[in-house]
Amino acid sequence: MAEEVILLDFWPSMFGMRTRIALEEKNVKFDYREQDLWNKSPILLEMNPVHKKIPVLIHNGKPVCESLIQMEYIDEVWPSKTPLLPSDPYQRAQAKFWGDFIDKKVYGSARLIWGAKGEEHEAGKKEFIEILKTLESELGDKTYFGGETFGYVDIALIGFYSWFEAYEKFGNFSIEAECPKLIAWAKRCVKRESVAKSLPGSEKITKFVPELKEKLGIE
Amino acid sequence: MTEKEESVKLLGFWASPFSRRVEMALKLKGVPYEYLEEDLPNKTPLLLELNPLHKKVPVLVHNDKILLESHLILEYIDQIWKKNPILPQDPYEKAMARFWAKFIDEQILTLGFRSLVKAEKGREVAIEETREMLMFLEKEVTGKDFFGGKTIGFLDMIAGSMIPFCLARLWEGMGIDMIPGEKFPELNRWIKTLEEVEAVRGCIPPRDKQIERMTKIAETIRSA
Repeated sequence: MAEEVILLDFWPSMFGMRTRIALEEKNVKFDYREQDLWNKSPILLEMNPVHKKIPVLIHNGKPVCESLIQMEYIDEVWPSKTPLLPSDPYQRAQAKFWGDFIDKKVYGSARLIWGAKGEEHEAGKKEFIEILKTLESELGDKTYFGGETFGYVDIALIGFYSWFEAYEKFGNFSIEAECPKLIAWAKRCVKRESVAKSLPGSEKITKFVPELKEKLGIE
Repeated sequence: MTEKEESVKLLGFWASPFSRRVEMALKLKGVPYEYLEEDLPNKTPLLLELNPLHKKVPVLVHNDKILLESHLILEYIDQIWKKNPILPQDPYEKAMARFWAKFIDEQILTLGFRSLVKAEKGREVAIEETREMLMFLEKEVTGKDFFGGKTIGFLDMIAGSMIPFCLARLWEGMGIDMIPGEKFPELNRWIKTLEEVEAVRGCIPPRDKQIERMTKIAETIRSA
């Protein structure tokens, strides 16, 4: 049966990047469709009526929303020798716990770095560093979060790396100075073809931030 | 799985929909467990030790393994104890169940609790916004006994613990009829069906006590 895989996405989205990486890891051919979030397309509104957000994975006409859910779906539908999630229930729960942690904590604090001023900005920066340090501690001396193989937690976090230069610029700090092991991990990840293909250049993101702020009505 | 060495402990709180749903799953699957009630907000040293990052219930301790986050605990329970499966087998159905579960604990909870209580745009607007979200669930359960189909599942436990047995008590305390029968016939039918399930019946917080608690929390939010 002919597989039809469409991804509705937005190039700077660290959430969309996860799904791109997962599909690339599984060698799944997909039709990438860039979305204009300020002029939402009929297909986006039809396929994600609840949130009207990207990424949306459309597999043979059926939509799957939320990037972490998409990753798990991709892992289950296209099983391979190198699964994204462990099969052991406990290890699986642990991986998903960290995915959930990344989802709840990283974006919110990071956004205050480029999107807020004064006290809020400082608080965001402080929280962001703390969160990265927690993740760095979880990584420990492992090659990847899951151990020797690249997987779910790595994919959940790596998209943010394309935004690190922007955070550093707007936050006036060095992430490498704060979390050297995490940066080393990120550099290992971007060597993978699936990641290199899916992450935009840091420069492009940094250039984009002022435009994004304008679109969002932030000074 | 041999039972002799098995130890299952659950740290919970009577009013928490998050720990109640875990109890539903354990009861449905006939898993013997030791329940440890937290006297929130006075968190025990055990809770802080087992969940240092979030310091929240529920925490499931299975032998030497610590499980956190109610959705993850439910999935873990389903994978370990095979009786009465609660998640669908089909990957797409599973993805949908996970999607709606997230929707309930995020959108429904935010709109139907915090936003409603603060009602910055006015109470009627807040009620309408909550109802709009609930309408998605009304559609989801249409034509089915349970969200899970013929039998109670993951999504029923999440929706049940959160909506009729938690948020609805807040709404009642505020004098709001959030899900009237004429507008939400399917959800109301589902609630009645759910209340008949034995595994659920023992996990419903006492109504008056819950109304009192939710009303108090609402007051705190309003005056913050």
